[in-house]
Amino acid sequence: MVSPEACAPYECDALTAHRRTPDVVVLPETAAQVMEVLRACRRHSTPVVARGAGTGLSGGALPVEGGVLLVLARLNRILEVDPLRRLARVEPGVTNLEISHAAAPHGLYYAPDPSSQVACTIGGNVAENSGGVHCLKHGLTVHNLLAVRVATIEGEWLALGSSAGEAPGLPLLALVTGSEGMLGVVTEVTVRLKPVPERVELLMAAFDDVGHCAEAVGRVIAAGIVPAGLEMMDAPALRAAEAFARCGYPQDAAALLLCELDGLANDVERELAAVQAVLRQCGATSLRLAKDEAERLRMWSGRKSAFPAVGRLAPDYFCMDGTIPRRSLAGVLEGIAALSREFGLQVANVFHAGDGNLHPLILFDAGRAGDTESAERLGAEILELCVAAGGTVTGEHGVGIEKLGPMCSQFGAGEIETFHALKRVFDPCGLLNPGKAVPTLARCADYGAMRVHGGKLPFPHLPRF
Amino acid sequence: MDRDCTDELAARVRVAGASRTPLLIVGGDTKRFLGRAVAGETLEVGQHRGILRHDPAELVLTARAGTPLVEIEASLAEHGQRLPFEPPHFGAHATLGGTVACGLAGPARAWSGPLRDYVLGVRLLTGDGRVLRFGGEVMKNVAGYDVARLMAGAFGVLGVLLDVSIKLLPLPQDERTLTLELDEHAALGKLAELSRGALPLTAGAWVNGRLYLRFEGSTATLGDVQRRVGGEPLGAAGVLWSSLREQTHAYFDGGEPLWRCTLPPLAPALPVAGASLIEWSGQQRWYRTPGYDMFHLADTAGGYATLFRHAPGGLEPFAPLAPPLLRLHQGLKRVFDPAGVLNPGRMYEEL
Repeated sequence: MVSPEACAPYECDALTAHRRTPDVVVLPETAAQVMEVLRACRRHSTPVVARGAGTGLSGGALPVEGGVLLVLARLNRILEVDPLRRLARVEPGVTNLEISHAAAPHGLYYAPDPSSQVACTIGGNVAENSGGVHCLKHGLTVHNLLAVRVATIEGEWLALGSSAGEAPGLPLLALVTGSEGMLGVVTEVTVRLKPVPERVELLMAAFDDVGHCAEAVGRVIAAGIVPAGLEMMDAPALRAAEAFARCGYPQDAAALLLCELDGLANDVERELAAVQAVLRQCGATSLRLAKDEAERLRMWSGRKSAFPAVGRLAPDYFCMDGTIPRRSLAGVLEGIAALSREFGLQVANVFHAGDGNLHPLILFDAGRAGDTESAERLGAEILELCVAAGGTVTGEHGVGIEKLGPMCSQFGAGEIETFHALKRVFDPCGLLNPGKAVPTLARCADYGAMRVHGGKLPFPHLPRF
Repeated sequence: MDRDCTDELAARVRVAGASRTPLLIVGGDTKRFLGRAVAGETLEVGQHRGILRHDPAELVLTARAGTPLVEIEASLAEHGQRLPFEPPHFGAHATLGGTVACGLAGPARAWSGPLRDYVLGVRLLTGDGRVLRFGGEVMKNVAGYDVARLMAGAFGVLGVLLDVSIKLLPLPQDERTLTLELDEHAALGKLAELSRGALPLTAGAWVNGRLYLRFEGSTATLGDVQRRVGGEPLGAAGVLWSSLREQTHAYFDGGEPLWRCTLPPLAPALPVAGASLIEWSGQQRWYRTPGYDMFHLADTAGGYATLFRHAPGGLEPFAPLAPPLLRLHQGLKRVFDPAGVLNPGRMYEEL
């Protein structure tokens, strides 16, 4: 497709603040066609950006100037579900949830569950190493992959991993996972399926102090329990979620913790008793156990719709994605509250607390002069807090174009140069998703000039303009 | 005892890089048998040791690469935690760095996942003496390419590991091993069937006509498991699992070539004379045999073979790589070790 009207729907992914109508959109239906597109792009030195369902939150699928947008949504066949070997082999355009649906008749499911799982594709999940609310126990995408087939921009096929679970040589499957379409285009994915747990229980705890809630998170884990999910919301987030989803969250709480336990009935019961004791010791003001599956799903619905719910509080919002060591949770929350006051913008916080992954949602109005810039600066400051606490600027959403600046805080010139060199091994001409995921050193010099820490400039050896 | 040798190691590597002197990286020198021989000066990493951080509530440990595995495991056990991949030591002096570089996992592998799943971050020394840091100490981290996991099983050809951060898991309340008399085919079927169900199976092995199954969980659950699975409980089962993990079991005695075949769970027995030993849920199978093209046989069965111990002269230990893959391996080697001085030839002649 080349007409602007046909191409317009592909102008952005879920990071809608950045848009660019693609020059050409290609919708291949087979892996062989994907390879033909890549070979043609290589021949004509044309950049190419791969895209799944466009649900990415960091602008990774933003079209690039003079480039081809390679949409993989029509490669959507489930090639094989093998209950005996507990695996599914699928094309990249199959959605995350479709895999679990296909596996369900066998009592199996695909564990990673990003909140966009109804729409997001497994190819995109591989590109971003997507997480979800059950990562602490059941892992990220990288932990649930057996093999991928990759078309390189040099026109070669790579088979990485194997249905045996391992492959000889360097662990390139892990390297390609989360590489944001910079190293190759995945045309087939083999995932590991897990048995559906025998028993699942969801416990909701309310706290009148955010710090107590944060403390409880660490104490549950220190007690030797690995919950399937451990999710936290602060007051603005839980009130917005309740108003949106009517899910039964206590409106007067300062923080809410959802703790899901899964496994065999006996184990879950034992863990449930232990978790309840810990939460009471930590000052939970109320504890509620979902009485049946309908209530469990309703209690989750608030958390799972927290982004759109918070989205209703203001015309626009940015969703941040830092990860920190759990022990820093209370301190980082205080820091975020202080920044929120300083910038005069409201922040609602939802966290995958079990794995320290924060999603502060910054509310702003793009129609008001200067608001977008303020919100972006506030977001960058929050990520600085995460880096300073020993964390990372992105836990599961990817760098894309959104976090190129903050990457400069997390990594030094040596690491960034290594990332670029590593990309050149796979893509010597720099045609795959150029300009994404890894900042140039020049950009880092500019970013450093914007923010000088204690008189110490990052990248001091680079010229500044 | 604990010491930070980063500067000395970096200086050594820089000199070696400048003079193109190959280095053989050695931690506790327990896994020299695995992989190709390296002709070079020895770079001792064992002095660079010490646990740097372990906060039990974070489920993360960071230690210097030369830290002995026994020290780490003892320290974790005090806090009711463990390395989830149950690594083999193959000797008293095994280090964390050597364990990560070899990427080996023990009996729990089929259920807990491979070692690389638990690598969260590394600090490493490149072949031109630069100290770089990738990943971190948090569970979720997608900033930059996953170079930390790339080091798991890289046999030191891309860098000298300095510090490693590993995800931990709590110890189970209890464990129980059950044993059943089954032939090879029936044992593979049983392992696959149990792996599909929700029972907390955490190790499996079939040797000498007996299937051994280890379950972990609450004591109540384990009683329930026994009623559902049947079989005889095995006393002092730790001895069995340790003998399999460390290859001190009688099956591993003798000097015949030892092949490790990594196969899809239900792959039929390979057409090879002599007894096999099956581990995990059927994915890891050992054969003691000369005279077969095991690389070809394993490849045909959908997996791959490794010549683990006692390689006859002239045989490569690792399965050959397809040409495009080998070119990528060589490209990555040049990124991290431009002078080609780190463990050259340890994995493949070309690396």
